[in-house]
Amino acid sequence: MNSIDPVIWFFLFGLLAGALKSELRLPSQVYDFVSMLLLLTIGLKGGVELANQPFSVLLPQIVVIVIAGFLLPFIAFPALRYLGKFTRADSASIAAHYGSVSVGTFAVAVAYMNSRNIIFEEHMALFVVLLEIPAILVGIILAKGVSKKTQWSNVAHEVMLGKGVMFLVGGLLIGWLSGPSGVESISPLFFGLFKGVLALFLLEMGLITSTQLSSLKRYGFFLLAFGVITPLCFAIFGTLIGTGLGLSVGGSAILATLFASASYIAVPAAMRISVPEANPTLSLTASLGITFPFNILIGIPLYYWLANYVYTTLALH
Amino acid sequence: MKNQTTKLITIFTEAALESQLVRDIDRLGAPGYTITNARGRGDRGLRGASWEANANIRVEIICSPTMAATISQYLQETYYDNYAMVTFSNEIDVLRPEKFTS
Repeated sequence: MNSIDPVIWFFLFGLLAGALKSELRLPSQVYDFVSMLLLLTIGLKGGVELANQPFSVLLPQIVVIVIAGFLLPFIAFPALRYLGKFTRADSASIAAHYGSVSVGTFAVAVAYMNSRNIIFEEHMALFVVLLEIPAILVGIILAKGVSKKTQWSNVAHEVMLGKGVMFLVGGLLIGWLSGPSGVESISPLFFGLFKGVLALFLLEMGLITSTQLSSLKRYGFFLLAFGVITPLCFAIFGTLIGTGLGLSVGGSAILATLFASASYIAVPAAMRISVPEANPTLSLTASLGITFPFNILIGIPLYYWLANYVYTTLALH
Repeated sequence: MKNQTTKLITIFTEAALESQLVRDIDRLGAPGYTITNARGRGDRGLRGASWEANANIRVEIICSPTMAATISQYLQETYYDNYAMVTFSNEIDVLRPEKFTS
């Protein structure tokens, strides 16, 4: 096992600074810039690779991933509703967060694989986009049924044209159209600075996470358990699907990470508008306060181990 | 014209509501609005604006007293149950009051 990646130290540093109530914070414009760079870099990298993939390979992957995206919230919802005794709106909202994905977690998984020279399918950035959206729709339906009152056009606008999806899709398209030699000229900014940008992003995430941790005490043990057990179950599901789709070990581990991750940007915004009666602190405490740190500190190495284990057991090496 | 009072409505609310709120304000027929980012603390806790889900906005609308009443009532009916929102209005002296008669 290699030592801890420096980007993780940045996250822990942010956590510590936040816990100590330090004045430290990334100016919000810088945070916006850094997250924009991350989204575009992930998109570009995926887009370049996408050009090399024959459509016949991509199509089954796309279909399976989208179906899984619709299924995940349905698995989380009953646990929240009947074991956690949350209201219907809260259960639906939290389920949507966990069915969707976190780009930050994906970026850390990519960095983890890169620093260990583990091969994975670079076009997986496409999966981030595919997994981001279905859970939001399912969340709204779980909360309200298929209600005429839901303004679906507004929801669609909010979700599809939101910052996260737009930057990712834009990056994917530009990367796809430019090809490997085309993106060469812009690679110092996007690919060269990736780890440094990720470090700054994680510093701010550490600071944000520490503010969420303070509200954790209010919601107690069930949320803590849910925030750890759900990613573990979803990761197993993701590893099996990744293996089934014929992804590499690294690819399956990243798919597991995507399944395990919970959204904290696109979904909170969409849920706030579409399911206003759900308590936003509850879902953010779980996804940011528990699941995000769990995934980047423990989850990712664990999912890589899991993917390896599945591959060895099934003798796919 | 000279004696007609003009109102300034100020709304503090969640940044997540911005696009929806703007649509509502336009639909109700307000003559215009100004939005700024805001930070602060209220009964929903500290809202530090360090990132999107935790950000607040301040919306200011200059309009006629009737429009002010319409907007206030609409906001109260639509948003007060589920969103962090504070609304108040003042009577103001404004240059070129004819711009704000609707």
